[in-house]
Amino acid sequence: MKLPEFEYLAPSTAAEVVQLLASYGGSAKILAGGQTLLPTMAFRLAQPAALIDLRKLDSLRHISIEASGVVLGARARWRDIEDSRVLRAAHPLLVEAVSHVAHYQVRNRGTVGGSLAHADPAAEMPCIAATCEAELRLLSPRGERRLAAKDFFLGSLLTALADDEMILDVRLPAWPGPRRWAFTEFSRRPGDFALAGVALYFDLDAEGRARNVHIGVIGACYYPQRLTGAERIFEGQAPTPGTASRVADAASRAAEPLNDQHASAAYRKALVGTLVERAIATAAARS
Amino acid sequence: MKIRFQLNMKPVETDVPSRTTLADCLRHRLGYTGTHVGCEHGVCGACTVIVDGDAVRSCLMLAVQADGASVTTVEGLTPDEGLSALQASFRRHHALQCGFCTPGMLTTAHALLTDEPNADRERIRHVLSGNLCRCTGYIDIVEAVYDARESYAREDKNRS
Repeated sequence: MKLPEFEYLAPSTAAEVVQLLASYGGSAKILAGGQTLLPTMAFRLAQPAALIDLRKLDSLRHISIEASGVVLGARARWRDIEDSRVLRAAHPLLVEAVSHVAHYQVRNRGTVGGSLAHADPAAEMPCIAATCEAELRLLSPRGERRLAAKDFFLGSLLTALADDEMILDVRLPAWPGPRRWAFTEFSRRPGDFALAGVALYFDLDAEGRARNVHIGVIGACYYPQRLTGAERIFEGQAPTPGTASRVADAASRAAEPLNDQHASAAYRKALVGTLVERAIATAAARS
Repeated sequence: MKIRFQLNMKPVETDVPSRTTLADCLRHRLGYTGTHVGCEHGVCGACTVIVDGDAVRSCLMLAVQADGASVTTVEGLTPDEGLSALQASFRRHHALQCGFCTPGMLTTAHALLTDEPNADRERIRHVLSGNLCRCTGYIDIVEAVYDARESYAREDKNRS
């Protein structure tokens, strides 16, 4: 499977990237790590007229930890996140989720921005963005805008990105040290796409009750999203096995999984419940 | 498009259409057929090469993206005479049968042990999970990589 023909462009500024996107009127694609885009092209599922490579834009590679949170440049790779010692304390949920992304070689090329823009229903990074109320910074010829993750993901492989718009970075809100969290997913083989996955965090109040509960799900929905009904049931409760079971039931009912060749919708719904229950137990056991 | 890069420590220059993958450029333009092409969509790991120190799938990278980079293929891991310590370990452990996946296994393991000479068996298995082998059942490959760690640890010490 050879790639279809395309024009290759490697501009050196973000302003040039979005000008080029605009000039192709939707027929050009941005190339970052290429770990999804190139196989998609090999299968002829995408045949862009041009690829605009970000490889000269080193300004998009940053990972920074600021008072307001963690900022990941669009070109930050899974490997960069894995190797970052400071991130393990600054955002352990992100680091854990990213440890499930693909295989060694793909992790050396795949990027945060590419995963967000592709918006695969089973991808980990969109899950973290949606669960943690991330904010994306986007650039188009009309200027910059900031968009909340919940307004960015619109459907399976569908985002709010305009044809002439690119992701500059994503900001995850600051993470308090004592926060309880877990990321659980199930896939047939390590590194494969998850049949379902759950990201979860909460803070414990002085009485040991869960506050600020966030539960996000992937693989069992058309796009990464929070399960707000299940969050409400958990809010204000102690993370006991009984609570976990009730929250898991609600999560399982709320999930709207896809029926495909990998697993039935009913199986995925059950899986979401199991993963939520395990996630609560893991999070509760942290000290 | 004209591109230049370091291939196994030697400068090379070639002219490729933009759609040429790095794997095809290495094999068809430059004659380095040690890099094997299996699935051509990033699943099997046979085409793994090392670009600027990182193991990557050369079927998921355009040749034009390697412009200015340093690329190492399995040919570059092989001494002029004999076998490298890693290759000798593969031989000693019978870590190959048909040999199709072997270049990818060697490049991946080399990148891993260069970065992490203390990788344990679990880490080795985890990393090699991106490389498919349909003959061996992996056990001998994991053992071969594990057994080669010493030579990388030595190099590590010499460097620091």
